[in-house]
Amino acid sequence: MSDVSQPAAHPPVTDWVNDFDHTDPQWTDDPFPIWEQLRAASPVVHTERFLGCYMPTTYEAVREIAHDTEHFSSRRIIVRDVRPEVARNAAPPITSDPPVHKPAKQLLLPPFTPDAMKKLEPRMRAICNELIDGFIADGKVDAAARYSKYIPVRAIAHMLGIPEGDSDLFINWIHMILELGIKDETKLMQAVQEMSDYFRGHIEERRSQPTDDLISYLMNARDKEGQPLEESHVLGSLRLLLIAGIDTTWSAIGSSLWHLARTPADRERLIAEPELMPIAVEELLRAYSPVTMAREVVKETTISGCPVKAGNMVLLSFPAANRDPKMFPDADKVVIDRRENRHAAFGLGIHRCVGSNLARMEMQVALEEWLKRIPDFRLDPAGTVTWSQGTVRGPRQLPFLLGKAM
Amino acid sequence: MAERLKVRVDPDKCQGHARCKALAPELFELDEYGNAHEVGDGTVPAGLEDKAWLAKSNCPEIAIDVIEE
Repeated sequence: MSDVSQPAAHPPVTDWVNDFDHTDPQWTDDPFPIWEQLRAASPVVHTERFLGCYMPTTYEAVREIAHDTEHFSSRRIIVRDVRPEVARNAAPPITSDPPVHKPAKQLLLPPFTPDAMKKLEPRMRAICNELIDGFIADGKVDAAARYSKYIPVRAIAHMLGIPEGDSDLFINWIHMILELGIKDETKLMQAVQEMSDYFRGHIEERRSQPTDDLISYLMNARDKEGQPLEESHVLGSLRLLLIAGIDTTWSAIGSSLWHLARTPADRERLIAEPELMPIAVEELLRAYSPVTMAREVVKETTISGCPVKAGNMVLLSFPAANRDPKMFPDADKVVIDRRENRHAAFGLGIHRCVGSNLARMEMQVALEEWLKRIPDFRLDPAGTVTWSQGTVRGPRQLPFLLGKAM
Repeated sequence: MAERLKVRVDPDKCQGHARCKALAPELFELDEYGNAHEVGDGTVPAGLEDKAWLAKSNCPEIAIDVIEE
């Protein structure tokens, strides 16, 4: 038996169709041709890695699974090397199944409506401009490390009522959970423990001094019987809001800037037609969807004609679904004014991302403020673009030269 | 005479993606949970027909019907 505290090395993939691995460096660098190959082979493929895991490769198969909560459970939502016992209230509602899912979800929805996000918009514009002030004079910047990274973390810190200055602490926990945690259980448990302790401290402070933020909101929430939430539920939802709200949108903003750096025509069009931005944001979300979720098969069934067996995980790749040419004409092109776009970047069915309106607002504001101040920029040929591994995909190093090319 | 259109949101299918509200705010409104409902009885005022079709074709949950009367 291998010790779970030792991260397992994964052998490189040679047969993608029968042995896929979303942590392979080739997938991390450029997953799109791999998804095409898998889709051509079957609507559902399987790997023995991760103790057995399927991956739906078409939009239709992803949609079927996302809507089927009878055969597919959300109790595990990250495909990992290990399957430790499921914790109660791990991160409700994302880890909840019906019937407990709905009340937990409804609790979180009102603070994230589009109207609620509008109130946050001026603070977001100020944050973006403060960040740009920090590097614009340099003529070059790592836009992932100094711009896209700090926009969502400051937004969610603002909403939760925790110091924006703790941003690097939060980012490190997320790295430990979503990236290192795939192969190293101890890192994940350590981060979960530290987050819970952090939030317990903030909860304690609010008992004597209530505040007008999401932590107080959850502390004061009552269920249908008028009872307060269990502490483990409050902590689970707080961990979820912090984890889910940060490197997802960091990735989406970074990928969008990466696209715009390489596509002057789209930049010029967005500057000339600013009203196009909301449509462009949807297309960038489709083409560079950051988030891949997971399910666990709890009852045998068939998906798009393929049998799936209980006990396997499912890599639920919304990014791959969004590149399915059967669903989207020119699926592998960014069509910046795409009119019909039922993309699944925020998931489908009951687990639709609770922060989708926040993410959209952050993306729109981040791109608008950037283009206002930096209409011309390009990849720095002296630097290297690197991408995150696993569950959330986006640039982690994004070296740009600012201004017109000489 | 031009056809009259009505929009309808299926509340069992809507998951609050809010695409319809963004694309056709005259035709859809959101409740406190962010789930969409048609404005009034869903009648599409003249000139907004394109927006009705656009909202329908961008709903990820296929929850919007456009009915031609």
